[in-house]
Amino acid sequence: MQLDEFFVTGEPLIYAGMVSIALVSATVIFLLTYFKRWKWLWQDWLTTVDHKKIGIMYILSALAMLFRGGVDALMMRTQLAFPDMNFLNSQHYNEVFTTHGTIMIIFMAMPFLIGLMNIIVPLQIGARDFAFPYLNAVSFWSFFFGAMLFNLSFVIGGAPDAGWTNYAPLAGSELSPGPGINFYLLGLQLAGIGTLATGINLMVTILRMRAPGMTLMKMPIFTWSTLITTFIIIFAFPILTVALALMTIDRIFGSHFFTLTGEGLPMMWANLFWMWGHPEVYIVILPAFGIFSEIIATFAQKQLFGYKTMVGAIVIIAGLSFVVWVHHFFTMGAGAFVNSVFSITTMMIAIPTGVKIFNWLATLYKSKIIFTTPMLWTLAFIPSFTIGGVTGVMLGMAAADYQYHNSYFLVSHFHYVLIPGTVFACFAGLIFWYPKMFGHKLNERIGKWAFWLFLIGFHLCFFPQYFLGLDGMARRIFTVGPEWFTLNFLSTIGAFVMGLGFIIFVHGIIYSFRFSPRDIEGDSWGYGRTLEWATPTPIPKYNFATVPEVDSHDALIDMKEKGETTFDRSKLKPIHMPSYTGQPFIMMAILFFASFALVFEWITLAVIGLIGAIVMMFIRSFDYDEGYHVEVDEIIETERKARRMTDDE
Amino acid sequence: MSENKTDALPLEYSTHQGQMNIVGFWIFLAAEIALFSTLFATYAVLFGRTADSPAPAELFEAGTVLIMTFILLTSSFTCGLAIHNMREGSLKGLMVWLALTLVLGLSFLGFEIYEFVHYVSEGAALGSSAFWSGFFVLTGTHGVHVTLGIGWMIAILIQLKQRGLTAVTTRKVFIVGLYWHFLDVIWIFIFTSVYMIGMVV
Ligand code: HEM
Ligand SMILES: [Cu+2]
Repeated sequence: MQLDEFFVTGEPLIYAGMVSIALVSATVIFLLTYFKRWKWLWQDWLTTVDHKKIGIMYILSALAMLFRGGVDALMMRTQLAFPDMNFLNSQHYNEVFTTHGTIMIIFMAMPFLIGLMNIIVPLQIGARDFAFPYLNAVSFWSFFFGAMLFNLSFVIGGAPDAGWTNYAPLAGSELSPGPGINFYLLGLQLAGIGTLATGINLMVTILRMRAPGMTLMKMPIFTWSTLITTFIIIFAFPILTVALALMTIDRIFGSHFFTLTGEGLPMMWANLFWMWGHPEVYIVILPAFGIFSEIIATFAQKQLFGYKTMVGAIVIIAGLSFVVWVHHFFTMGAGAFVNSVFSITTMMIAIPTGVKIFNWLATLYKSKIIFTTPMLWTLAFIPSFTIGGVTGVMLGMAAADYQYHNSYFLVSHFHYVLIPGTVFACFAGLIFWYPKMFGHKLNERIGKWAFWLFLIGFHLCFFPQYFLGLDGMARRIFTVGPEWFTLNFLSTIGAFVMGLGFIIFVHGIIYSFRFSPRDIEGDSWGYGRTLEWATPTPIPKYNFATVPEVDSHDALIDMKEKGETTFDRSKLKPIHMPSYTGQPFIMMAILFFASFALVFEWITLAVIGLIGAIVMMFIRSFDYDEGYHVEVDEIIETERKARRMTDDE
Repeated sequence: MSENKTDALPLEYSTHQGQMNIVGFWIFLAAEIALFSTLFATYAVLFGRTADSPAPAELFEAGTVLIMTFILLTSSFTCGLAIHNMREGSLKGLMVWLALTLVLGLSFLGFEIYEFVHYVSEGAALGSSAFWSGFFVLTGTHGVHVTLGIGWMIAILIQLKQRGLTAVTTRKVFIVGLYWHFLDVIWIFIFTSVYMIGMVV
């Protein structure tokens, strides 16, 4: 293979990308070396099994991916701003919308939420870590290396260009030769291992590690939504695993699952993809609902209205999410009966969703709302998301969908659910729990600027797209005609306003790191209701010196009334902790190597990599490291420092 | 996280961590069911789509498949005996029965490889048609699982030799046992829905 086949050549934008990658890497290496931080990086982060640190790494990576996906988005909006623009050619445009969609869903939304779950769920249930801390590290590194593999594609080998839905036969080896689609298949496969493992890990954690007295119906609602999400993950992700594997085998080993030859069935890909894909959109929305519920209860200073119906609604949504997938291809022509059935199931989802909306409104009703930034994001979510849901029901009517399908109306629908739903929730959750992660709050003034810009930008960007769709503009086209100019131009302005909002958000992070007062209270906002706020800030590595007895879903409210804390000197015992280890990182680095080789169809190298990974699993099997104990003296000292106690206390 | 021991339970359940590992593995098996269901569904959809390659009824041989089924079912039985010996506290019994399970698993694999080679020589390979793609990937995935199970059992046998019966080793044996029985159940479905139906239709 020639070097110029390996690297992508001939595109000024991609050369710029290469240069910036080289510069950023060089800077990072220089900084680490200059400040002598390599050891710190390895010992404190790359080998960690602490759920709080893993969560932070998830969120940082997700923010980086949000940036990359956002740049893709701005490039597309620039190309569409004027009729017949020449900024991206059609091939490049195809690549950009493909990587944008895939990155946003798989490498941004999901990891961001999983990061928040990582940090918060054990704290909310009074646990000291995940059920399987080692596996948790494996999950993170599998996501990380999967994302790396996918992101490499635009400078090495060429990016995938068949859309995030990667439909066959377009994505098959006849119509898309070369490594592009393989990057998609293997990047997702690698990251998928981690997602499934996290699903199992969190489910066991929630089922088996709750504080004494915390029955299922006394769990905080974010934990509930996580539990149900893990359920969806466990049943949906294997479908993706199979779909990706089958297409990989089609492309590399010549089987005929989705090919036009050999009696393969291209539409089977669409079915398998959406049997995973629709549950997937609920994987990214249910935790978001959970975050909003927590924030609303906290800043409305009221118990969440209709806790039980909330739980019921999540369960019903999760169940329905598995039986609606056909609504993504009503136009395939499965016939009136099939389409009607799926049309009805689709519209049924709006019912439990509506129940949740009304519960939130009822919680807010006649309450004393504290307008903090997390609350602003949450309040903006309710009406914006409702627009997305209503247009979803419009799309769900099979007959009408023949008009809307694959138009900008659809594009607008899913951005209206995904951005006010998932992205707002990620921001809101990050700001809300930020003090628990970093020991200081984010600056509220800057946060409000970021919020308003992002919110206005969002509506300006996507509201016109509904009308573009109704005017007949199809999705995934790379030039627009003059009749669509005005609305497209408005949309592009909106996109850049959102981009500005994001920059200000990041500026807020840096500003707060330097100037925010350091937190002293465990309950940073002063209105906390659940156990995560019962821990001191910074949170000790073992989370809870003593685990409290719980008997309502607002555990901290009770503790405050009874004057209890998570530091009860009479109950202290040594705490068992797992040891840090570099194995997960190394194992996944090896699998990364194997997947990379497979992308280029270098079978021998891929097999060598696979054997390496199996060897790592053997090493793990023989590893009887028992962890260590934090002794009582050390606990007392840590807690006294964290709680700023004076000597005689 | 805690290692408080309770005496009433079998050794593998005696620590909280051990219990969680077992629950976690059950959940993993649920995911495996979803995985195999998808493969079965794919196979069913592609059934009959043989293009110009041989039809399954022409190639499937009742004899070989019955032997394979018999071997795998027996291995599940020996695996059960291994667990029984473990519960009785007999390390030696456990290791002998586990080793026997392993040998049966290997001979199952031998037959499967023979079968695959045979089909390929008759013109039915992975790339021959959609039907054969579905067949090879479904049965092949099961075969890969059996292979991994064998490797895993070897690792556990070595650990049993090194450490004897502890809360950790018994838990590992118990879990690999669950895995093995699960593969047996999958095979029953393959036997009925792939081979039996394939031979009549
Ligand atoms: C009331 C609830 C909802 C209904 C009735 C609904 C309905 C639909 C329908 C019918 C389509 C397919 C339209 C077409 O292709 O012509 C669709 C597409 C989509 N929906 Fe929804 N939806 C709902 C909520 C959501 C939520 C909560 C999310 C994610 C957070 C979501 C994300 C998506 C995405 C990503 C697509 C398009 C994917 C693509 O084709 O690339 N939807 N929705
Ligand atoms: Cu859907």
